[in-house]
Amino acid sequence: MSALDILTSVLILSGSALALTAAIGVLRFPDTLSRMHAATKPQVLGLLLVLAGAAIRLRGNSDVGMLILTGIFTVITAPVIANRVGQLAYREHNVRDDLLTTDEMDESAAEPEAGNRPG
Amino acid sequence: MNTVWVIAGAMLAAAAVATMFRMLMGPTTLDRLVAMDTLVAVTMCAIGTWAAASLDTTVTYGLTALALITFVGSVSVARFRVPDIADPANPANRGHQ
Repeated sequence: MSALDILTSVLILSGSALALTAAIGVLRFPDTLSRMHAATKPQVLGLLLVLAGAAIRLRGNSDVGMLILTGIFTVITAPVIANRVGQLAYREHNVRDDLLTTDEMDESAAEPEAGNRPG
Repeated sequence: MNTVWVIAGAMLAAAAVATMFRMLMGPTTLDRLVAMDTLVAVTMCAIGTWAAASLDTTVTYGLTALALITFVGSVSVARFRVPDIADPANPANRGHQ
């Protein structure tokens, strides 16, 4: 086993462990917002770690570009999805108020702007 | 290297099973959407692990396609789904009765 093989193993194992952490968080946490919190961060980082491990293992191959593209797309699209889902979850009160320390959207939710359509 | 692939595959399989439990339990559409996102990410991790294990690079195109399609799917569901709880103040927002 060369040093690069060991690096690949470490990256892929830690990425898989992060994916498992995300899944346990999605299963165990109490409301939608904390499930999103548990899911998104380890999910993106775990995927990037696995992709980095695979790219090191497949080094020299022309298809490594697709792995890099996948990482870029994931990093670009994850905030958009989290923004949409988080806003919807807040609007429909899928939030446990006793778990919030501050609620910065409280006033804007009480007085919605004219012409501001839900969704 | 074989033990590495087996351990990674076992962890990813356990993650997929746990996520599917949440996807079945709900209780709201948004929870299922979050669970589906996680499930797709776990699938992408598994495909990446498979590519590294088998040195088979034809599956990497599937990874990129999954990354794009799951974005379109999640945003469409968040935009067009029927709300779970009816909102009496908004007649357009009837929800499931």
